Amino acid sequence: MSSSALQPASLPPINGSRFTAHISQRTSLPKWWLDTKQAAWNQFLALPMPTRTDELWRFSSIKGLDIGGFDVAEPAAGSAGTPLLPNFTRTAEITFNNNHLALRTPLPGDLAAKGVIFCPIEEALVKHPDALKAVFQKHAANLGSEKFVALNTALASSGAFLYVPAGVEITAPFVIHHGVSGSKKAVFPHTVVSLGANAKATVVESFASADASEHFAAGVNDLFAGEGAQLVYVGTQRWSGSTLAIQSNSISAQRDARVLSLNLHLGGRQARHESHSRLQGPGAHSEMLALSVATGIQEFDQRTLQTHQAPHTSSNLLYKNALLDQARTIFSGLIIVEPDAQKTDAYQSNRNLMLSGEAEANSLPGLEIQANDVRCTHGSTSGRIEPEQEFYLQSRGIKAAQAHELLVFGFFEEVIGKLENEEIHDALRALIVESKFRKS
Amino acid sequence: MKPPTEVGNAPEETIENPVSGIDQSVGDFSYDMNYAFDAGTGLSERTVDYISSVKKEAEWIREFRHKALKTFESMPLPTHWATKDLENINFDKIRYYLSQGQKPKRTWDEVPDDIKRTFERLGIPEQERKFLAGVEAQFDSEAAYSNIKDVVAKQGVIFVNSTEGLREHPEIFRKWFGKVIPTSDNKFAALNSAVFSGGSFIYVPPGVKMAMPLQAYFRINAENFGQFERTLIICDEGSEVTYMEGCTAPKFSTSTLHSAVVELVALKGAKIQYITVQNWAPNVYNLVTKRGLAHEEAEIKWIDCNIGSRLTMKYPGVVLKGRKARGEVISIALANDGQHQDTGAKMVHAADETTSTIVSKSISVGQGRATYRGVVHIPKHLKGCKNNTECDALLINTNSRTDTYPAITVRGDQHAVQHEASVSKVSEDMIFYMQQRGLTEGQAMSLAVNGFINDLARQFPMEYSVELKRLIDLEMEGSVG
Repeated sequence: MSSSALQPASLPPINGSRFTAHISQRTSLPKWWLDTKQAAWNQFLALPMPTRTDELWRFSSIKGLDIGGFDVAEPAAGSAGTPLLPNFTRTAEITFNNNHLALRTPLPGDLAAKGVIFCPIEEALVKHPDALKAVFQKHAANLGSEKFVALNTALASSGAFLYVPAGVEITAPFVIHHGVSGSKKAVFPHTVVSLGANAKATVVESFASADASEHFAAGVNDLFAGEGAQLVYVGTQRWSGSTLAIQSNSISAQRDARVLSLNLHLGGRQARHESHSRLQGPGAHSEMLALSVATGIQEFDQRTLQTHQAPHTSSNLLYKNALLDQARTIFSGLIIVEPDAQKTDAYQSNRNLMLSGEAEANSLPGLEIQANDVRCTHGSTSGRIEPEQEFYLQSRGIKAAQAHELLVFGFFEEVIGKLENEEIHDALRALIVESKFRKS
Repeated sequence: MKPPTEVGNAPEETIENPVSGIDQSVGDFSYDMNYAFDAGTGLSERTVDYISSVKKEAEWIREFRHKALKTFESMPLPTHWATKDLENINFDKIRYYLSQGQKPKRTWDEVPDDIKRTFERLGIPEQERKFLAGVEAQFDSEAAYSNIKDVVAKQGVIFVNSTEGLREHPEIFRKWFGKVIPTSDNKFAALNSAVFSGGSFIYVPPGVKMAMPLQAYFRINAENFGQFERTLIICDEGSEVTYMEGCTAPKFSTSTLHSAVVELVALKGAKIQYITVQNWAPNVYNLVTKRGLAHEEAEIKWIDCNIGSRLTMKYPGVVLKGRKARGEVISIALANDGQHQDTGAKMVHAADETTSTIVSKSISVGQGRATYRGVVHIPKHLKGCKNNTECDALLINTNSRTDTYPAITVRGDQHAVQHEASVSKVSEDMIFYMQQRGLTEGQAMSLAVNGFINDLARQFPMEYSVELKRLIDLEMEGSVG
């Protein structure tokens, strides 16, 4: 344990008394939940802060990880809430602001009647403890941010729980917003999604700052797809440009399940995103997608793991980064094929579009293969827009600036286009334009 | 001196073409020797002083060794990313210097009979007569034989061992020694810097293009031994050289350490091709640091074939220092039962319009483990750099293992970098097809594996290429199923 990282002086607001106060406000919640929180807090204290020598933090800017001075966010009087996602058809919606429930729309009656649950975690703890407990943190991401995951577990109060029973198929997305406002505030989003056998659902989650202040966010997602289930998860991150954000996502896919996750990274000063897909039953498939547009001095740090634990499983990863200004990206991905996972088909691709002479892309695509009857490949490219491509478009009458923008958006489209919902396509395009490419 | 005693049981008839020395059975013999110089076991300042005194070295090099020893002692083993097997090396039980004499002979007749017999059995004199411009044959710590053809020597080419290079050509040697690979580069580079002995020193004068390759052969004979050769090759402006090294060691029940440092310097427009065919016995820890410095429009090409050893950790690299410099690494690794080939390449682009290529192929057989570890680095403010990396792994058995860990850093919008890796097994359809044509399953597998590496094997000199294919056949025997 690195005691220096834990001294009260370096973590004044997020300290033991803060945790005690957090627990004392929740004594009516189940004991197992409070015990889990206590254990997580102890783990947070015991785990050292990452250092430059940690292989899992290679190329990361460790200096930026100082979380001293942040306070657990509380609802602000008259808060405008979280900036919402562009319009698209949705099934139901929950908004959290500064760690508290701010808004929710009712779940359609027919879905409730079928046993669908969509509510804040703290409500689920009281009303649906078994369904939540069955999947809550059963599989952690374990990609380096364990200390921050523990902090999330200890202090999280704003999380949504979605449960879709076996055989229920829902087309329109469930939407979850997490917002933060105020100076030096910390939020701890936690989303749990559990799909029963052959269920089908889409979740769109939005993380955003309501102002330009400096924030800290430590988020966790547990996504579980039962046998034959189909889960689509879309995460959009638009924290303020001075925010430190660490997100840890875990995906478990059972036999014949299909999970597609797409994460759009736009905000934050330093944003680390970890995603671990476990293919646990034959026929399981995980599609892991990400799109980052890094500008200014932003650092986007992406760590992925595709673990094939059963035979006849497949995974496909495509992470694309567009880098402008002095931005940095890190992609570190690994495919692990365990000895019994014969007939695995796994792919991993990281593509970096360099749009500035000072941007820096780091790519560490890895393979650890312990079964022989497999097809595993990975690729990484870092390149620019070729002048010939721009010339071609210009020769068709398109102005230079427009040609450049078309080519950049063409780069994004390969990722966005993998989603089947065209309304979400438009929403993602609108977010990118709004956050990064809107001309003033 | 005691009469030579054979250890090992390799039958003579298996050595059909000992030129390459890559048949793993070829080197599995040793003779009892009475060494004139023996630093004893363990590593201390006394060991370093002993080596320096035996070699009658200048004070600066003795100080260099002592400083390196301190660096070695202060550096931890790189086990936070590397295999834990490194921790099994017992540095206190290794013998760091063994030789019968420090001066290499210029004719095979002068080489002591017991040493000469080893090299004759390995086929080195025959190989020299056939097609080489010069040969250096190192036996444990020192070169026993070193010679260069007159016609090459008359062109001003220097080809001696590092001890002679230090003593007789200090003005060239000292300028580049330790400049490409600093002592503190890694723990094993520091170890080599402290106790190095043998290895080659080559200088090719401006404009001299050598048509025939130079060859060095490194032979470990003694048990519990560490071989630490140090090679420095300098190609002056517009010159060209091809250097080939082979190596063997007998199988002992105890482990052996081989930790070389190889530095290449290609000045403006020069070309160096460095070919390694490693055939260590499965008890050898082979922990080698190899790097080249390519100046303007120069080209450095590493061709690296790693077969044998218990653990190989070797990542040949090129620092592309001059505009339009080119670097290339072509690598074949074969990991059989109990072996870990942790190999790869490093390309550091440090000037505009530099290009690099890495092609790596590995085969894992039985419980063998092959790892590719790579670095490609293009720092800020450069223009027009390109890298292409391809690494393919073939897994033969259900419990074979392969890993790939590249690290690519690109800064700026003027470069093109791509990396591709694939892992696959030999197609059952292909094996079935060949069996339908009358091949046994083993023959079909050998053919498939040879096909897998064929495009790289063609880049080896003919003798190596043929031998490599034959070795693949041997390794594939009994591997199916």
